[in-house]
Amino acid sequence: MRLAVWILVLWVVCSWVSADQPVRFGRDVLPILSANCFSCHGPDESERKAGLRLDLESEAKRVHATGHPIAAGDAAASLVVQRINSGDPDLVMPPPDSHRTLTAEQKAILQRWIAEGAVWGRHWSFEPPMAGAGIPAGSAGIDWLVERFLSERGLALREPADRYTLIRRLSLDLTGLPPTMSEAEAFVSSDDPRAVERLVDTLLAREEFGEHWARMWLDLARYADTKGYEKDLGRTMWPWRDWLVKALNEDLPLDLLTEHLLAGDLLPHATDEQRLATAFHRNTMSNDEGGTDDEEFRSIAVKDRVDTTLQVWMGLTAGCAKCHSHKYDPLSITDYYGLYAIFNQTQDADRFDDAPTLELLNESQRVRRMALQGRQSELRSRLEESRESDAAGDDQGWRTLMLQRAESQGGAKLQSQADGSIVVSGSRPAEDVYTLTLGLERGSLAALRLQAVAGAGAGVEGVGRNPADPNFVLSELEVELLVGGQWQRLELVRPRADFEQVNWPITGALDGDFKTGWAVSPRQREPHAAVFELSEPLQLSEPSELRLVMRQNYGNSLTFRRFRWSVHGGPAAGLQPLQSSEKTRGLQAELTAVEQELSGLVSGVARVPVLQALAADRQRETRVHRRGNFLDPGDQVSPALPGELRFGFEAGESPTRLDAARWLMSAQNPLTPRVWANRIWARLWGQGLVETEEDFGALGALPVNPELLDFLAVQYRQDGWSLKRLLKVLVLSRVYAQSSDVTAQLQQQDPRNVLVSRGARYRLSAEVLRDQMLSVSGRLSLKRGGPPVMPPQPDGLWRSTYNGQKWVNAEGEDRYRRGLYTYLKRTTPHPMGTTFDGGSGEVCQIRRIRTNTPLQALVVLNDPASLECAGGLAKWMSEQSERRVERGLQRALIRPVLPSEVAALERLQRDVQQVFAEHPEQSVALLSGARVERPESLSESEFAGFIVVASTILNLDEFLSRR
Amino acid sequence: MAGSGLMKQPVPDSEQVGWFSADPVAALTRRRLIGCLGAGVGSVGLAAAFADGGDSALRHFVPRARRVIHLFMNGGPYQGDFFDPKPLLQKYAGQRPPEADLRTERRTAGLLPSPFRFRPCGTSGIPVSSLLPLTGQQADELCVLRSTWTDNPNHGPALLLMNNGTILPTRPSMGSWLSWGLGSENRNLPSYVVLCPGKPVRFSILWTSAFLPGSHQGTYINHSVPTPEKLIPFLRNEAAGREMQAAQVELISRLNRHQLSRTGPDGQLEGRLQAMETAFRMQFTATDAFDLQQETKATRELYGEGHFASGCLLARRLSERGVRFIQVYYGDGQPWDTHSDHNRQAETLARSIDRPIAALLQDLRQRGLLDETLILWGGEFGRTPTSENGSGRDHNHYGFTTWLAGGGVRGGMTYGETDDFGFRAVQDRVHVHDLHATMLHLLGLDHERLTYRYAGRDFRLTDVAGRVLSDVVGG
Repeated sequence: MRLAVWILVLWVVCSWVSADQPVRFGRDVLPILSANCFSCHGPDESERKAGLRLDLESEAKRVHATGHPIAAGDAAASLVVQRINSGDPDLVMPPPDSHRTLTAEQKAILQRWIAEGAVWGRHWSFEPPMAGAGIPAGSAGIDWLVERFLSERGLALREPADRYTLIRRLSLDLTGLPPTMSEAEAFVSSDDPRAVERLVDTLLAREEFGEHWARMWLDLARYADTKGYEKDLGRTMWPWRDWLVKALNEDLPLDLLTEHLLAGDLLPHATDEQRLATAFHRNTMSNDEGGTDDEEFRSIAVKDRVDTTLQVWMGLTAGCAKCHSHKYDPLSITDYYGLYAIFNQTQDADRFDDAPTLELLNESQRVRRMALQGRQSELRSRLEESRESDAAGDDQGWRTLMLQRAESQGGAKLQSQADGSIVVSGSRPAEDVYTLTLGLERGSLAALRLQAVAGAGAGVEGVGRNPADPNFVLSELEVELLVGGQWQRLELVRPRADFEQVNWPITGALDGDFKTGWAVSPRQREPHAAVFELSEPLQLSEPSELRLVMRQNYGNSLTFRRFRWSVHGGPAAGLQPLQSSEKTRGLQAELTAVEQELSGLVSGVARVPVLQALAADRQRETRVHRRGNFLDPGDQVSPALPGELRFGFEAGESPTRLDAARWLMSAQNPLTPRVWANRIWARLWGQGLVETEEDFGALGALPVNPELLDFLAVQYRQDGWSLKRLLKVLVLSRVYAQSSDVTAQLQQQDPRNVLVSRGARYRLSAEVLRDQMLSVSGRLSLKRGGPPVMPPQPDGLWRSTYNGQKWVNAEGEDRYRRGLYTYLKRTTPHPMGTTFDGGSGEVCQIRRIRTNTPLQALVVLNDPASLECAGGLAKWMSEQSERRVERGLQRALIRPVLPSEVAALERLQRDVQQVFAEHPEQSVALLSGARVERPESLSESEFAGFIVVASTILNLDEFLSRR
Repeated sequence: MAGSGLMKQPVPDSEQVGWFSADPVAALTRRRLIGCLGAGVGSVGLAAAFADGGDSALRHFVPRARRVIHLFMNGGPYQGDFFDPKPLLQKYAGQRPPEADLRTERRTAGLLPSPFRFRPCGTSGIPVSSLLPLTGQQADELCVLRSTWTDNPNHGPALLLMNNGTILPTRPSMGSWLSWGLGSENRNLPSYVVLCPGKPVRFSILWTSAFLPGSHQGTYINHSVPTPEKLIPFLRNEAAGREMQAAQVELISRLNRHQLSRTGPDGQLEGRLQAMETAFRMQFTATDAFDLQQETKATRELYGEGHFASGCLLARRLSERGVRFIQVYYGDGQPWDTHSDHNRQAETLARSIDRPIAALLQDLRQRGLLDETLILWGGEFGRTPTSENGSGRDHNHYGFTTWLAGGGVRGGMTYGETDDFGFRAVQDRVHVHDLHATMLHLLGLDHERLTYRYAGRDFRLTDVAGRVLSDVVGG
């Protein structure tokens, strides 16, 4: 089986290694060593045999007890050469039981390399990219390199595509939308020698550019609108998507973009936008299933951040190093957890509320909130004053009782304050009984008054102790007087309160029934008072004591938070409980209104999960997870960049996410520019120069045209990491402009166009298919940004049992937005996406493997959305004054069409019209499915004919392809 | 119904009609297109080139089987629980004798005996464990390959080797090779269908056609939803009549072929053309093929409940309709990957496959389809006889069990042996390439001659290896 690998590698290698060129280590030798030798003589210490490493030059060239593995310049003396050529099954390398064998060519390469001096190097992608000497700059350089490459293979560039094809290609590639026919005509007939460049500039400047290229980023970022896992509840991520679109449209250079995405919060004086950017790494899934260990899923999310970062920027698959040192690439398990330690220092912890989040107020909301908050604090202090003055009036004749002893049955602490009020703190039982002993002076005693004091304290704003519902329930009140050393029960009558909750009157506190009582909702955030008369007024000749038992048996901690007792000498009849003055009531009403507006303002605001660093003294300790198990911690590791992948970048001690971002984008890093240049290339050509876009490591594919890849990598970095400039260089090349038509010879020599021997031709992506169809139908809404939308999908796909979330087919313009804005639920993506290879956003998707199945044809043929598009196009055709079918076909294909094509469609239209005329009920169904109004001038069957023609056009392969 | 016995009736290609030719009235072509719904037989792919010679044109040998059902236990079941009893495990429980000291993906400890009992089953008496009582009753159909082995202990490469014959993610899957090599028996359905209640690890790469023409790619269907309309989104067009759509599809195909003739050969476009035509026909045939409600209550009870039962029953329905290669993935992700709590998981998993497998064998036999339908059961690898973390079992690529049934294999036999502990295949070893070679042989194909020239060399499903297991190929 290994042979299979080898035959493929050889095919590539042979095309490289010609006799007159020295063998190159990274390109020619290392692939042989890594696929055949490193699993036993490589970085994984637990697998190492005979203590020999062939992945390190110093070790491989050192004389060991058993011999000299690689004697530079002397192949015959090298143990490696002896062993690979040995006929003895006990000695031959690789050993027979490894099922690996070297071909004669591979052996020859190794021998030649040693004989030539065994010049060491690293894996090709770890060597700095070099733009070869003498290559013209910009687009011309691409042409020069590809032409040379092709001519070495007896091929040449194809002639340029015609201008119609070119404008459609450019528009689809750069904006994800087709041009209009009139734009195409203007372009074709332009005699401006710089027409192509002008067109490219126009397209790059459109806002649709950012929307289209954001899709690539969303795949990389594992973006979705839900949290994933079993419950898969919704989550607000769209503001990040909008930020991304804007960043791309502003052409934020990749190095800055990287800093924002990975560490925007760590930038000096980070703005809200920079913090919002860090939501990139909050796209990780979180698990809300009952009984799951938050730490487990937090650690999975952190690992995902490490893996995604390495994949997206450096094209390395780090996954294996979670459990053991990477077998092929220089990433040890300690390296992995060093990176993990860097990403392990954020506050998020798989919590239900996704904290920490960023509240996204727009400018006017921000201004309004400031104003409201100012008004709120002003009203609060005025209300306080007003209440104090009310109380002073009410206090006429009342004497505050001072606390002597207090006890709480539930263990709360009761403390007397200077103003005579008693504050309850400490433990907060569900129910409580306060027993108070209060000093009583000589004099007459006719009534008692209980005042519940409102106001902020201990996080509670109200009269009760439960912050969620600061109400109280006074279930029962008992009063005793100390008379001659004996406690004597006093009878209370005619209780009255300033306010009573429905069904909870003050009389309930005196009826001996603990299930009834006095409560004050919904006005639990205001002060209240109650007056109780003694059935018989008393005259005390000596000071005494009162004992009050306040039973509060309701539960839910509906107990008094702060209160005051006072007595009155009488007469009791006219005494009223606390009365708010009109002024107080007015202030209270205004405050309530302000607070309601504030909470409404904040509740409507998007809260986006973001990265937020833990404080310096709260940093997490990181340990290696043995075998990847977070419950099995091993050695402690400090935040560190992986030693062999630093490429000389110095981050100092304890690097942060910001240092990691700078390392990825540093001038020394050979991988990032290659990986990104390859990725952008692949988005245009349909496949990368390195086909395994996701793996630039030892097991990845080799670049088809390494010099071209390096040229582009250097170009991208030197041009300040500007995506727009790189794209411009790419699309203005003659290589890009080639016709995609295939000849028999090309089909034979380069069947999959890996050599770039012609223009690229491939089926459009799910989103572009949708957008193009909508655009041609005239229904496309270009409304930008905002929450995701729900274009129609088959009923019953969403089977969410937890939250009653429903897919409600959008009406109006939201039904026809760009595919970018379609709601993505991780466990149930829209079928248009899944059928056409879109991802689920669960993990980073480096590339979409293009598939081809009958199910795709069914979507375009039968999806109601397609039919609605056909309806739109039919309507547009029917509104043309002449050549309606012809114009419809042109509108879709963006080229002049042939009379025979038009004739065939027109015949279909006539036939279909005839069928519909015989079955009028069918045309009614078709028109209603297509959601389109019949123009007055046409009969139903005539118009139905147009719809079928439009649908046929939208199903043409030429329409569904980029070519 | 397009059964297995139908003769081939090649459908004239619309291209042959000629774009600018006399243009027979549209109604005629429409009728023709609809007409093939009834016959539903044709051939595409390499086999199409031999249309005159009938179905066996490409066949190198007399075929025993016409199609394959692959029951794929993704994640890797433990051989010692089912078909490969190892009494010595009990004796050496907890120990790690040298034979059991093999390296696997993760570190494992001492030997962990399987708690499940075996008994001889059928007249052949081959041992099957108590976990599979009903399957055991079908033992005389099974050809148990106890000595299967593969190259790599990690899921990704092992999945690729089992499905695509290579660990490189750029090669055609075995279903695509078969579809390409044998053509389709039914133009109304895809020739290669992948059923999975969810998404297996590595997903669509496991049924890719890679460099083979795009029409031979597996058509993936998540069969965890109950009705054909939900199984296959947008299967029906409510608004358009059948006749009208036939005319429409006919025209689309003609325009597409015209386009193809102008822009030059394109395998992907060819594939999409065929997919479009298949899709059109599927609208009428798939509702029928995928409708389990059409089964009698007795049959549905025979198969039992659950996704795997539905998968097996769908596989039978698709077999009857001439689908060439049907894969039934056990489940989403890799359910058989029992790194912990192995015994409890194994019981649950076994319970969910026992009845459906027994039913499938019985049902195919009753309908006279078993002889021409090859069934392949197994995972991408097996599991260790040693324990991982006390209660789990790690991946084992050194030796594991797969079995074949129907399709002309010798039933009621075991082939090959693992060592005393069931860790490594030691006798009559069966590499995955050998399994593929044998499968192709049973279908009448010589694995060394089924080649496709691509990028300057001939590719094979079995690369440069593979041998036909002559002992298991019935006489």
